[in-house]
Amino acid sequence: MAHTTVHFELNGQPCQMQGLASMPLLYALRERGLCGTRMGCGAGQCGACHVLIDGRSRPACDTPLEALSGCRVTTVEGLAQGQAPGVLQQAFIDEQAAQCGYCLSGILISAAELLQRRPSPSEEEVREALDGHLCRCGSHQRIVRAVLRAAAAMRQGAA
Amino acid sequence: MNAPAPLPASLKANPRLGQWLTIGADGSVTVRSGKVELGQGIRTALAQIVAHELDVNIERVRMVSADTAFSPNEGVTAGSLSITDSGGALRQVCAQARRIYLRQAALRLGLKPQQEAQLRVIDGRMGVPGDTAVVSYWELADPALLDRDATDLVEPRASPPKQAPRLDLPAKVLGRPSYLHDQHWPGLLYGVVVQPPSPSARLLRADVLSARAWPGVVAVVQQGSFLGLVAQTEYQALQARARLASDAQWQEFESLPDMHTLADHLRQGPVETTTVGSKTATAAPAAVAQHAASYQRPFLAHASIAPSCAVATFTPEQATQLEVWTHSQGVFNLRADLATLLGLAAQAVRVRHADGAGCYGHNGADDVAADAALLARAIPGRPVRVQWSREDELTCAPVGAAMVADLQAELDAQGHVVQWRHQVWSTGHSMRPGRSPVPVLRAASLMDPPFESQVAINMPMAVGGGAERNAVPLYDFAAHEVISHRQLRMPIRTSSLRSLGAHLNVFAAESFMDELAEQAGCDPLSFRLRHLQDERARLVLERVARWSAWQPTALAEGQGMGLGLARYKNTGAWCAAVAQVDAGASLRVKRLWLVVDAGRIINQDGARNQIEGGAIQTVSWVTKEQVCFDRTRITSGSWESYPILRFTEVPQVEVDLIDRPDQPSLGVGEATHGPVAAAIANAVYVALGVRMRTMPIHAETIARAALAA
Repeated sequence: MAHTTVHFELNGQPCQMQGLASMPLLYALRERGLCGTRMGCGAGQCGACHVLIDGRSRPACDTPLEALSGCRVTTVEGLAQGQAPGVLQQAFIDEQAAQCGYCLSGILISAAELLQRRPSPSEEEVREALDGHLCRCGSHQRIVRAVLRAAAAMRQGAA
Repeated sequence: MNAPAPLPASLKANPRLGQWLTIGADGSVTVRSGKVELGQGIRTALAQIVAHELDVNIERVRMVSADTAFSPNEGVTAGSLSITDSGGALRQVCAQARRIYLRQAALRLGLKPQQEAQLRVIDGRMGVPGDTAVVSYWELADPALLDRDATDLVEPRASPPKQAPRLDLPAKVLGRPSYLHDQHWPGLLYGVVVQPPSPSARLLRADVLSARAWPGVVAVVQQGSFLGLVAQTEYQALQARARLASDAQWQEFESLPDMHTLADHLRQGPVETTTVGSKTATAAPAAVAQHAASYQRPFLAHASIAPSCAVATFTPEQATQLEVWTHSQGVFNLRADLATLLGLAAQAVRVRHADGAGCYGHNGADDVAADAALLARAIPGRPVRVQWSREDELTCAPVGAAMVADLQAELDAQGHVVQWRHQVWSTGHSMRPGRSPVPVLRAASLMDPPFESQVAINMPMAVGGGAERNAVPLYDFAAHEVISHRQLRMPIRTSSLRSLGAHLNVFAAESFMDELAEQAGCDPLSFRLRHLQDERARLVLERVARWSAWQPTALAEGQGMGLGLARYKNTGAWCAAVAQVDAGASLRVKRLWLVVDAGRIINQDGARNQIEGGAIQTVSWVTKEQVCFDRTRITSGSWESYPILRFTEVPQVEVDLIDRPDQPSLGVGEATHGPVAAAIANAVYVALGVRMRTMPIHAETIARAALAA
């Protein structure tokens, strides 16, 4: 089995990872102690492990190391502002948008992608953007509110 | 004089105050509850109770997760009882601790007995208002003060607790280590299990010898049909598992019922029949009409978003002591089964809780702990972490029982129910560890020789029952008879799933009430009220109907609203629901209104969150879910074959929570499952005129029911 060394950008920092070329990014991240990206299904069907790869929300369980060369990767940890929650994360706290919270990392990533693309999404667009993410606790309504709240906060911050 | 009120049960069983609470000289308050965080926010609610009763800032409160080494044994975290049990106990523990510390403060400050009553506490500092002399809990901190048993009930504070946001949420949104899945131990190894492909499969052959030489593999364990391995990294473990699984040979059996005729399977014995309740009419009923109908639900998966995970470590060399980290609902229960499975004394096993994802009942959490322990025994001294796959989670964990309820009623000339008969057919709803002498953990039946497979039971009605939960009517009918038939064969393991039998029993009873109302020529709301004396039930029902502008006729073509009502377990929270559906090309639940009376509310937002979440989960169960199987294997092993509700399908949920500060607190986590299920079916009937008595309810099953009608 082929080993590889890939160089890419991880949360704004240059990063080098070694391992089997086929190893999904999810396990590589967790081995480095970045455990905010979480295993849910291993098949790209639940959204729990999403990360931004060149600005697009993708399942880390389904992305082999070899595909990352030269990419820009952002994990949920990369959404923070230093040690403090980023605007999007803070909106989730403000809306108490969780029960168990296990699905949140992936959802935050897809929400970040959406707000990059559409700074003023409608509720419908938020739901569409998050449709690939499963939440079993039933926190959907709060999560949608949190994303809309973050959008408003970001617009205000930009104004 | 009135007899003193009894202590809360959890406190009576674990009366030592110091077991629950430590006041530290460093200004901290350490709390050890026996109930565990499952994503329901209990840690925050309990911390809030403690902060309020002791009058300290919540930041001082440190909640310690359950641990068999020191926590009070409060059994299992289930049944919407944590606020009642642990909250009730902690409220009392803190009220007593507060009184003890006030006494000490009075002594230290040299107060006269009549001055003691004037002492006030502000964030742990005690003093008489207007007096500069103060002393704090922290200055007086002494574990000996709480090294005593709880006395008779002390009046806790009447004022409402200060609301607190979830304590665990910031770390979770920041992606910091928050779950057992994220924890790291020095020398941690990764275990994986090759699960049998079907519930009764037996392992014939596996390439154990070769596997030992595969990259990263440090141990391979085969014991009977239990097959697993341990590797240096998670990815190595997963790769080795795929390889080991690919050429393992199993003997499989057609041991499963036909999923298309489940009702027949449940009704055809052997069964154990129990009369759950009966009421005889005082006068001979003058029935002029009768009606009968049967309702059904399939097996339902807990379907947690996180696969179950556990970490186990045996002491080096002799492997005489075991430590297990788990997200199980009951650390003491799990300890008992692990000890029996492994041939250890219970004292040799320590089980510690850490957060997992929401479990919604007895899922794979306990089973995976056994897997971890069996693998860790091969490498004493090294911690071994096992995390199930998605497929393991959906095909090997216990599932919620399939059920059938047969209802019959007789009406008199005035349209009153004079006889009501409710029969429920189901496997048992409880197969939790620690309740039988034989371990029920998944691996137990795979051992050589195997532990005998156990059949799920129903817990006694005094603790809420199982299949028969909420089968006793809430309404005051002239006569009723309630019977439960527990299926004694269990080809698919069933155990507790949120709300247990209440989901189907309320679905059945509340659908049947609508059917009877129609037969009596009455609208469903008036028909219910006609039979309902319980004031709190009447209130939630009338309020939800008014608030939602419920109407008994279709709103537009294919659109309707439906009602559902229950008092959870007949002893818990009251919930009335209205569902609005759009049953055009596909069935969409558009909106839900819920009015809930759960007595004194500890955490407003937490309670609302639980109610919303329970309701949304119910929409998923009712409109999408069923465990699928052929005669040999469970086939719904992925999110594609076991779909759950998605963001674009989630209804708007409105919650009206009635706070009653003078009434005991009641749990809310499971109050909505029955009423929401019935409200959806009743709304579909109003929208389309098709009575849906079998779940799941979606376009395809509606079309089939319409054709059959």
